[in-house]
Amino acid sequence: MTDTLTIGLSKGRIYKETLPLLAAAGIVPSEDPETSRKLILDTNVPGVRVVLLRASDVPTYVEYGAADVGVAGKDVLMEHGGDGLYEPLDLNIARCRLMVAGKPGVLEGRHRLRVATKYVESARAHFARQGRQIEVIKLYGSMELAPLVGLGDCIVDVVDTGNTLRANGLEPLEHIADISSRLIVNRTAMKMKSARLREFIEHMSNAVNARG
Amino acid sequence: MNQENRWLLPAGIDELLPDAAWAVEGLRRRVLDLFRAWGYGLVVPPMVEYVESLLIHPGDDLDLSTLKVIDQLTGRLMGIRADMTPQMARIDAHSLGHTEPTRLCYLGTVLHAMPGGFAGSRAPMQVGAELFGHAGIESDREILSLLLDTLAVVGINDVWLDLGHVGIFRELMAQAQFEADEETEFFALLQRKAMPEIQVFLAARKLTPSLAAMLHALAELHGEGVETLERARTVLADAGDGVVLALDNLSELARLVLASGSGVKLHVDLAELRGYHYHTGMVFAAYVPGHRQAIARGGRYDGIGEAFGRARPATGFSADVRALLDLMHADTKIDGSAAQAMYQHTYLAPVLDSEEPGYSELLALVRGLRAKGCRVIQALPGDNGQDESLGDCALAMGCTHRIEPDMTHGNEFWKICEI
Repeated sequence: MTDTLTIGLSKGRIYKETLPLLAAAGIVPSEDPETSRKLILDTNVPGVRVVLLRASDVPTYVEYGAADVGVAGKDVLMEHGGDGLYEPLDLNIARCRLMVAGKPGVLEGRHRLRVATKYVESARAHFARQGRQIEVIKLYGSMELAPLVGLGDCIVDVVDTGNTLRANGLEPLEHIADISSRLIVNRTAMKMKSARLREFIEHMSNAVNARG
Repeated sequence: MNQENRWLLPAGIDELLPDAAWAVEGLRRRVLDLFRAWGYGLVVPPMVEYVESLLIHPGDDLDLSTLKVIDQLTGRLMGIRADMTPQMARIDAHSLGHTEPTRLCYLGTVLHAMPGGFAGSRAPMQVGAELFGHAGIESDREILSLLLDTLAVVGINDVWLDLGHVGIFRELMAQAQFEADEETEFFALLQRKAMPEIQVFLAARKLTPSLAAMLHALAELHGEGVETLERARTVLADAGDGVVLALDNLSELARLVLASGSGVKLHVDLAELRGYHYHTGMVFAAYVPGHRQAIARGGRYDGIGEAFGRARPATGFSADVRALLDLMHADTKIDGSAAQAMYQHTYLAPVLDSEEPGYSELLALVRGLRAKGCRVIQALPGDNGQDESLGDCALAMGCTHRIEPDMTHGNEFWKICEI
């Protein structure tokens, strides 16, 4: 019971960039999620398994102990609030920026902005720091489209290269936060699997430092 | 509300059906009997009070989770209790007013405005014990021992106890002299053990290297109990007398827990600051494998009675009855006493008119069985309980035996037959 470890990961970029770090901690999943349809992957270490989740669900799984640890972007954590989680390690992977984007000049003036985003909490907090009240339009994807068809004045989204923005005639306007993925840990697991987790975190930490 | 869904209960509001309700009642009796044997006085505080007495720190988490209603008699705001501990402090400070140590225990339903945590109940049943009027480590030891006994009497084994001490963080904050919002920020970072941000935060402040190192170390001072306390003694050696005293206290409590013979595993986390706003000394929480949240919490909270005109030292713990029930060992769920086997028997008694022969004999038999703790259900006309060909209905009512006329001895006699 106290030796098992369940690791929550999301498919795609975070999964690919976490694999080498897990390997440094001696953990290698037995299957490739791109070819397998399984949601629970065994690993080379008995009792250690990887569960594949939607990125925004990772904090929830870890908070309630369905996974002991997980890897989640800071953008997802800021939105979740991070309550009930430990986030002891910045993995320095899946780096990008959380930004306000839109057509140039759209932020000027004192009118009430309509902001289309899936980052509702982060958007509210960012504009509140400027003393600006906004109306949020909650979307689940393709935010870039919203201002083009009149659904909102601007968007709040993660920006990597900015190519999608430029291709749609939008520009990054304000920087909200630098984003990278964090190792998150369930609070109860940290107490009850203390030795196992401290060792795991130390290995991951060494792997992150070794990559520079 | 459409008519089809009139049965729907609000989110997080649950009810107990007979089996679960009896199990809760069994647990309640066992725990309260234990508290009584330790000399704790049972109190039953009211469901609602004016918010001024219910909330010691307006605006805090407890305020947010307290549901409010207006008292139509006075126009004043009343709160439905979300935690019974402040009520205990009020009772100790004002209603009782004893000068000697006062031991109180309670069990009751509280109401949370928001559903908490994992499909959490909004109306948990809280049980707890508080000891007022003694500031030394002896009362902390008593409360910790009582918690361990409570878990044992309920049949919960394999307990992990997490120990901490808010005095250590408080002492280091006094030395760091942060502005209020800085302290709030650092507190939040520490609660998340967000090491990268803690590093950045401390680097940006003008602190002596030794203090910065100690604040940084605080986030990592968690792990197996005895080893962590040893580590803390080295790392926090220069933190001053207050911190050393706190560590001494924790070491003594750790020894007590490990010597209790209960097989409890000890964990120490010096950055665990739940309830920081009212706790003043050692804090603890009990965990059980497979259960996602702490099943009991407690600690020292001196001076809380000040709001009611009398500051008194205080220490105590509380637990969620439903969580205890879920974890209760199956064998102990039903009382193990000798009478219990009989209690599980349920007898179906025929209905007789007082004029009929054998009435007084039947009455005596039924009274005797009930006095021994057996269940006797009175058959009702139409429930087919008296029709031998229809045993099903008696079974559905949980009957194991039937009381029947014993014809071999004449109809004044009764016999008990298994169904």
